[in-house]
Amino acid sequence: MTKRIVVLGGGTGGTLTANRLRRTLDRDVAITVVDQDDSHVYQPGLLFVPFGLAAPEGIVRSRPRQLHGGISYCRSTVERVDIDNDMVHLANGAALAYDVLVIATGARLLPEETDGLTGPGWRETVHTFYDYDGAMALAAALADFDGGRLVVNVVDMPIKCPVAPLEFCFLADWYFQQRGIRDRVDLTYVTPLDAAFTKPVAANTLAGLLAEKGVELVTEFNTGEVDGAGGRLVSFDDRVVDFDLAVVVPLHGGAAFVGASPGLGDEFGFVPTDQHTLQSMARPNIFVIGDAAAIPTSKAGSVTHFEGEVITRNIARFLAGQELDASFDGHTNCFIESGFHKALLIDFNYDTQPLPGHFPTGVALPLLKESRLNHLGKLMFAWLYWHSLLPGRDIPGVTTAMPHAGKHSPAAADR
Amino acid sequence: MPTVTYAGTNVAVNDEGFFTDPDQWREDMAPEIANAAGIDTLTEQHWQVLKFMRHEYAEKGTGPTVRALGRTSGVSIKQLYQLFPKGPAKLAAKIAGIPKPRGCI
Repeated sequence: MTKRIVVLGGGTGGTLTANRLRRTLDRDVAITVVDQDDSHVYQPGLLFVPFGLAAPEGIVRSRPRQLHGGISYCRSTVERVDIDNDMVHLANGAALAYDVLVIATGARLLPEETDGLTGPGWRETVHTFYDYDGAMALAAALADFDGGRLVVNVVDMPIKCPVAPLEFCFLADWYFQQRGIRDRVDLTYVTPLDAAFTKPVAANTLAGLLAEKGVELVTEFNTGEVDGAGGRLVSFDDRVVDFDLAVVVPLHGGAAFVGASPGLGDEFGFVPTDQHTLQSMARPNIFVIGDAAAIPTSKAGSVTHFEGEVITRNIARFLAGQELDASFDGHTNCFIESGFHKALLIDFNYDTQPLPGHFPTGVALPLLKESRLNHLGKLMFAWLYWHSLLPGRDIPGVTTAMPHAGKHSPAAADR
Repeated sequence: MPTVTYAGTNVAVNDEGFFTDPDQWREDMAPEIANAAGIDTLTEQHWQVLKFMRHEYAEKGTGPTVRALGRTSGVSIKQLYQLFPKGPAKLAAKIAGIPKPRGCI
């Protein structure tokens, strides 16, 4: 009897999961991927577009072409999921029955949820680089920017890629130096967190880099309103940060259909999920990968890649009536571009914060330290994304579980 | 591990003053913790939030963020900042005897 797996979302998680499943399972399992558009964007590339370091066309490819043969592709918006009857209802009126559902629909930007953000000034003096159109508009605005106060603001957590706003600050410092106008620009990073980053050892290093590059740090700022006309960010407790150009990371939420599917998601539209097996808390035959999941990891492509091995194993086990493997350790691995052809690398999981040392072992890439090797790693990664990660293959030398080898634990007093 | 005395009892706290064992917390400790943080009186609205914080911690293993509090506690974000100045999610967590909210990485 044919089993049907329906994968909602053909982005990073949906593509690598469908490809891994197709290789693992027999042909009597039908796999269908559903997405609302055909353009697969390499999201890490969006950071470089505003600075002219990446061509917009270079970061988009055809979505269905990233899927292996033997996988059906359906371009449609998902309206809702009926988790009691194992049915996906599409916006065009059609319905897809499933034996196993994989939710890989990611996180979306909700700029309208912050007062004034999409009001006067939006796409003129108030921008975001977190989507394709935004990155393009910001590229034009930056090219015209001749001096003044540039403010980078994260409205609230969670966001995709928590290091990207910091990278933007580092690259902005480099960019304006290249243009010879750095002394005419004031750079400020405004965050709701109480430090540059949440984990102590990394927070120190990153705050140090911000200071070194002359970027002012404003913490514990919860943006309540953006006044584009007046050039002001106003917090809920009435603190004000003035700007001439604001680069904002809006509030994030899960895909819209989650809210329309009773019993599936939380108040933000993310899907509560077992953090070690990736099985949803809603129904045993629903699994979740990537940014769509409400689990205590960063929302990052590396997490999605590491989840791929575990979710594939567990879907196969579920179909065979076997016990699930609770081995996902929250492994996250992120390059942090710091300008001047250098980058840092952080590697961590649920139990271990980002630590100095080397990755993946005692030699190779330095952790929590600027290096040109890391910068090359970040650039090469784009190739690996299309040719290794999306096809559902492991990356040579990089294990699913976080390696402890090569890391230096802090002295007890610093913990 | 540092300790602090509230309502005559020694409790274990981390280096930021958050309870490391939420089970050690009792309601009569809250006014003292609040005082130390500059809040003179705990009104009914304060208590509504504190009870919500402990409920969320019991259910989800972590206290809610400001945005979640604003949505589901029954108290608006603006009000939260008036009740618990500067960082409501952090301050309310401290007074409610639960760890600092994870706030995501």
